Amino acid sequence: MSGPVPLLYTRGVETYYGNIIALRGVDIAVFEGEIVTLIGANGAGKSTLMMTICGNPQARTGQIVFDGEDITHLPTHDIMSRSIAQSPEGRRIFPRMTVMENLQMGAMISKNGTFEEDLNRVFDLFPRLKERQHQRGGTLSGGEQQMLAIARALMSRPRLLLLDEPSLGLAPMVVKQIFQVIHELNRSEGLTVFLVEQNAFHALRLAHRGYVMVNGKITMTGTGAELLARPEVRAAYLEGGRQEAAQ
Amino acid sequence: MADIDKVGSAEEHQAPGALVEWEQRVAGYQGEPPFVQEPERDSAIVAALKDAAIAAGIAAALFLFFIGFRTDIDFGGLELTTRWQAFAISVIAVFFGRLLFRVLFWGPRQRGGRSLAARAMASRAGTPLSERFSRHSGLFGSFALAAAVLYPVIILLAFPLKDKQFIDLGILVLTYIMLGWGLNIVVGLAGLLDLGYVAFYAVGAYSFALFAQYFEVGFWFALPVAGLLAAFWGIILGFPVLRLRGDYLAIVTLAFGEIIRVVLLNWYTFTGGPDGISGIPDPTFFGLEFARGDDNLPGLLGIKYDSAYKQAYFFYIILALAMVTNFVTMRLRRLPLGRAWEALREDEIACRSLGINTVNTKLTAFAIGAMFGGFAGSFFATRQGFISPESFTFIESALILAIVVLGGLGSQVGVVIASIVMIGGFELFRDLAEYRMLIFGLLMVIIMVWRPRGLIATRDPSAVLKERKSISADMVAQGEGH
Repeated sequence: MSGPVPLLYTRGVETYYGNIIALRGVDIAVFEGEIVTLIGANGAGKSTLMMTICGNPQARTGQIVFDGEDITHLPTHDIMSRSIAQSPEGRRIFPRMTVMENLQMGAMISKNGTFEEDLNRVFDLFPRLKERQHQRGGTLSGGEQQMLAIARALMSRPRLLLLDEPSLGLAPMVVKQIFQVIHELNRSEGLTVFLVEQNAFHALRLAHRGYVMVNGKITMTGTGAELLARPEVRAAYLEGGRQEAAQ
Repeated sequence: MADIDKVGSAEEHQAPGALVEWEQRVAGYQGEPPFVQEPERDSAIVAALKDAAIAAGIAAALFLFFIGFRTDIDFGGLELTTRWQAFAISVIAVFFGRLLFRVLFWGPRQRGGRSLAARAMASRAGTPLSERFSRHSGLFGSFALAAAVLYPVIILLAFPLKDKQFIDLGILVLTYIMLGWGLNIVVGLAGLLDLGYVAFYAVGAYSFALFAQYFEVGFWFALPVAGLLAAFWGIILGFPVLRLRGDYLAIVTLAFGEIIRVVLLNWYTFTGGPDGISGIPDPTFFGLEFARGDDNLPGLLGIKYDSAYKQAYFFYIILALAMVTNFVTMRLRRLPLGRAWEALREDEIACRSLGINTVNTKLTAFAIGAMFGGFAGSFFATRQGFISPESFTFIESALILAIVVLGGLGSQVGVVIASIVMIGGFELFRDLAEYRMLIFGLLMVIIMVWRPRGLIATRDPSAVLKERKSISADMVAQGEGH
C-alpha cells in the first residue's frame, strides 16, 4: 500500500464457521482519524468481520494488522487490550451492575490511571449517564444502554473504536443523537471509528468512507457521499433511508 | 375465528371469484355451526375443589405404599402392617392443603386473579425483604458476628448438660456457612454452576488426613497445604470446562465430584478406601493440646478438662476460617478481579470485548473457591478425627449449592441465613427422620416460589462514588449471555 499506513487493515481475510465460509478474502483499511463504515444486508458477514478483527472467530487465512502489528492470531483479550475498544452488537452491558460499575469494567484494562478524567469525559458526552450512574444497567432504556455501551468502550481511551450496529432497535431520534456523538468524538478528538451498520443512510452520511459487503465479499467502496449516490446502493439499502431523509 | 367473521352474506363479496370461495368455505363446514361454543367453566369454588380432589387422588396413589403399608423385619421374613389412619390423615391433609393454597395464593386464574408470581412481583416493588436486609446488612453482619462469638460461652453457661451437642451444631452450621461462602465465589459471583464442590472439600480433608498419616504433621501446617492442593485441583477442573457454560458445566463438575470420590474409594493402598482414615490429630493451641493431663492446655490453665472446651475451640477455629473466607470475598468483590467475576456472570462476550482475560478470571474463581473448600475440608477432618469417602457424596454438593441458591446467589448474608435454617432445621427435625427430606423439599419449594432468586436477591453495588441509591436487582432481567 502506498501513502500513509492505515491504523487497521485486513488483507485477504477468510473466516469459516465450521466448514461454511463467511468471509471470502476481505480487504479493508481504516486510516487514523477516519470514520469508516461497513454496510450490507443481513447475513452479509458484517458482524463476522467485526468479530474476526476482535479475534473470535479467528481468520483462517489472511492478515489483520493494527498499528503495524499483526493481530490475526492473538486471543481476543490481547487484541482488546491494544487500544482497540468495541461496543458489541446488542449492546451487552452488564445488567445487574450499576452504570458506574459498567464504566469501571470498561476502564479495567487501561493502565493510564485516569479514571476520573475519563469518567468526566464520557459523562460530558452522555449527560444522561451521569444522571443514572447509580442505576443498574438493566433498568436503562435501549438508547441509554447503547450510550452506556459506547461510553464503556471509551473508558479505555481507545485509538480505534469498533461499533457494531449501534442503531439496532432504537428510535430514529436516539439514533441521530448517538451518531451525533460519534461525529463529535471524531471531529474534536480525532478518534478513529469503524462502524458496522444496517442503517446505511445514516452510516454513509456520517462516514468518510464506506464499504459495501455482499455474501462475505467487499463489492463496492468509496467515500460516504459517493456510495450514497450510487444507484445500486440506493436500490439495495436506501429505500427506507430516502423516505427518512425526505421527512 | 377471523375467517368466520369475514363470512357474511354473498352480496358483500364483489368479485365472482370471492363468491365461489365463499360457497366453498360454507360447504367446508358441512352443516356444522361455524363457531364452537366456549366450554363452560367451573365456578372458582368447584374448580378449586376439583383441583384439590385431583391432588388428593395423586397423593392417595403415592401414599398407599409409602404410608399405607409398613414393613418391619421380623423373624423369618418381613412383617407387613397397615396404617390406614396415617394414610387417611395425609391424604386429607393434601386435599385441604391444596385447597388452601389455591384459595389463598393462586386464586381464580381465569378471572384475572393475580397469580402467586404476580403477587410476589408486586410485593417486591415495595420495600422487599432483601432491600431491607441490604440496607441494614452491615448492622446484621456485626450482630451475627457478635452472636457467633458469644454462642459457645452462652451455651456453656446456659446448657451445661447439652453443651456439647449445641456447640457441635454450631460448628456444623459454620462449616456449611464457610462452604457456602466458598461456593458463592464460583456460583454466585462468577456464575459458574458447580455441582461438584464437595470434591474440593474431600481434597482438603484427605490432604490433611494423609499428611497426618504419612508425615505426622499437625493441623496448622496441613491447613494451608490442603487449601493449596484444593486450589490446584480447582485449576485442574477449570481447564477442561473453560469453554462450557450452564448445564454442560454442571454435568462436568458433577462428574468431577464423583471421580474424586470414586478414586478415594478405590485407591485402597493409599487412601484406605471405604475404611477411611482414622486417628486424625486435633488442632493444637500454640503447640498445646486440649487433652487430659497437666502438660496440656486445660491443665496449665488450672481448669478441669471438659471435652466441651475442646468443642468450643473447634467452634472458634471454624468461625475464624469462615470469617477469613467472608473477608477475602468481600475484599475481592471491590477489586478488579472480583468485579471481573461478576461481569463474567453477567455477560462473558462483553467481558472479552473489554479485554478481560476470561480464562484467567474463570480459573481464579475456581481456584479460590476450591481453596476455601479445601480449608473447610481440612477442618472437617480434624473435627471428625475420621474421614471416609462416605462423607463426600453428591448430596453434600447439592446441599451446599442449595444453601447458596436459597440464600440468593452472590449474597453473603443469604448464605448465613440459609445455612442456619437448613442445617439447623435438619438437626431440629432429627427425631422425625422419616419426614426430614419431605420437609426439606417442601422448604425448598416454598422458598423458590416465594423468592425465586433466593432470600437475599439484591446485589450491592461494589462501587459508589457519592450517595447510595439502589434499584432492586429483582427488577432487572438476566443478561443475554446466558
